[in-house]
Amino acid sequence: MATITARPQTAAELNILHRKQRSLWMDAWHRLTRNRMAMAGLVVVVFAMLVAAFAPMIAPRDPTAQNSALALADPFWVDSQYRNPDYPLGSDQLGRDILSRLIYSARVSMLVGFVPVSIIFVMGVTIGMYAAFHGGWIDNALMRLTDVMYAFPDLLFLIIIFATLRNTWAGDLMGGLVLMFVGIAIVNWVGMARLVRGQVLSLKEKEFVEAARATGARPGRIMLKHLFPNALAPVIVSLAFAIPSAMLAEATLSFLGFGVKPPTATWGVMINEGFVLVTSTPWPVLLPAFCIAIVMLAFTALGDGLRDALDPRMKL
Amino acid sequence: MLKYTVRRLLLLIPTLFFVALIVFVLSRAAPGSPFDRNQDKPLPAAAIERLNRHYGIDKPLHEQFVMYIVNAAKFDFGTSLVRDRPVADIIGQGFPTSAQLGIQALLLALAISLPLGTISALKQNSAIDYGSLFLATIGTSVPNFVIAIFAIFIFAVNLHLVPIVGWGTPKHMILPTLILSLGAAAFLTRITRASMLEAIHQDYVRTARSKGLREQVVVITHVMKNALIPVATIVGPATAALVTGSFIIEFMFSVPGIGRLFVTSINQRDYPVIMGVYLLYAFIISVANLTVDLVYGMLDPRIKVGK
Repeated sequence: MATITARPQTAAELNILHRKQRSLWMDAWHRLTRNRMAMAGLVVVVFAMLVAAFAPMIAPRDPTAQNSALALADPFWVDSQYRNPDYPLGSDQLGRDILSRLIYSARVSMLVGFVPVSIIFVMGVTIGMYAAFHGGWIDNALMRLTDVMYAFPDLLFLIIIFATLRNTWAGDLMGGLVLMFVGIAIVNWVGMARLVRGQVLSLKEKEFVEAARATGARPGRIMLKHLFPNALAPVIVSLAFAIPSAMLAEATLSFLGFGVKPPTATWGVMINEGFVLVTSTPWPVLLPAFCIAIVMLAFTALGDGLRDALDPRMKL
Repeated sequence: MLKYTVRRLLLLIPTLFFVALIVFVLSRAAPGSPFDRNQDKPLPAAAIERLNRHYGIDKPLHEQFVMYIVNAAKFDFGTSLVRDRPVADIIGQGFPTSAQLGIQALLLALAISLPLGTISALKQNSAIDYGSLFLATIGTSVPNFVIAIFAIFIFAVNLHLVPIVGWGTPKHMILPTLILSLGAAAFLTRITRASMLEAIHQDYVRTARSKGLREQVVVITHVMKNALIPVATIVGPATAALVTGSFIIEFMFSVPGIGRLFVTSINQRDYPVIMGVYLLYAFIISVANLTVDLVYGMLDPRIKVGK
């Protein structure tokens, strides 16, 4: 096809454009790459995402396959007779391979991080922008709803959703994951909508919006081409923090025993199942706890970096 | 001021009403009766019917809800389906323990964070500053049950410094209090530091210095006095964090408080107890927020409370 011959040229063109542009986004990206903590966080996040994506290929065995004869094997660095080369990180009390369970847990964590946050993004931006732009009853309803939601911690909302719906058909879809996605999205979209609403409310009085309106742009175009890109920076920052908090919600609920259902492996489920044995065999608990700690720190570092890069005025 | 306080106190009623409504609707939407817990030995239908009648769950939903609200207004929150005791009694029994744990943790969080945040702001970019920021980052991002696991492993299992679980002696209280306070302490440290840094660069601080006041006087009467106002507002969210943290910590350390009761009630689907605990939590958080708003108005005369 013609594109093959045209490719060098477009690349050259792109190169020129690239050098000329230096948009605000490029500036932000440069600031981000200079932030060592954020880059370290990004590396961990990308690694966790790769592990999640290729879990079936990396995991040495089935994460739910039990073998009671080989229960509670020690990991390879512990000097004991209970080591087993087939279980590099040991096994839990049902003889399941901890390494494979950790790998598959990464998959659950990433799904719980990204799927609900995508729903939150779409719902929050659409409803928030509409409410700010048109006002009216949607705006009023949104504000009343946020008032109620803000008066109460998210985790308590999630707990009552799970306590009541976990044992229904809804709680059985994908081992409880679907309910987890929907629950987290329901609890969190309101905050995103309120953020977008506040952004758009202040932006829509700006001159460039007036100019766009004066040139005859329709409301839809103003929203998509003018308001949305300008409101995006704080939205991205808030998404970057929403992802780890969604993962944390899953881990906490599963740890307390009313989140994702066993035998599905998640770090929270693993801690819940292993916690009773912490005095005698700590590794089945310590390893998933370590994974949660590292991933949480990585996301926080990345989120902090993104916030500093996208909006140097926001300081905390 | 009085009018504002009364209005805010009245606003508590719709908040509690909505919380009750949400919990009620969801708990009744769940299929199955609370009495069919044992799958192998199901109760006879007649017995379930009698139990339902005894606890009033056979009536239409709206009637049940109205009854609940009317009784709740008289501080009667029903009877536990599992323990067969009034919910108010059960909660009242656990409350002193949970309150003690929560207040200890809040005080500890303040005792850690205010000096740490102040020092790291005064010595910005020093080793102390970086150290405390690092600790604050860990405290805000690593969940408390994960920290608790590491702490139990190190201090209780390996070093035998403290007992693993339980409650009663001061030794038992060290780990739960410390871990519960960490999240709030980390967050408060960050806020204190940021707020102090902002205050340090204000004009009135330069004026104070230029008229020859001693550095201590400048820091205490000019910087801190202004910097701690925003910190006071965080005590509201910090209380909410302590409430949600408390049931995780109580569950892990077997502390006989409301938090542990809450977790077991959810596993047993003991809806009257769940509802009672939710209402209590909503009440505590709302009152904390209200107190913060009122105190904020008193601390900072620029803020006009009530519109």
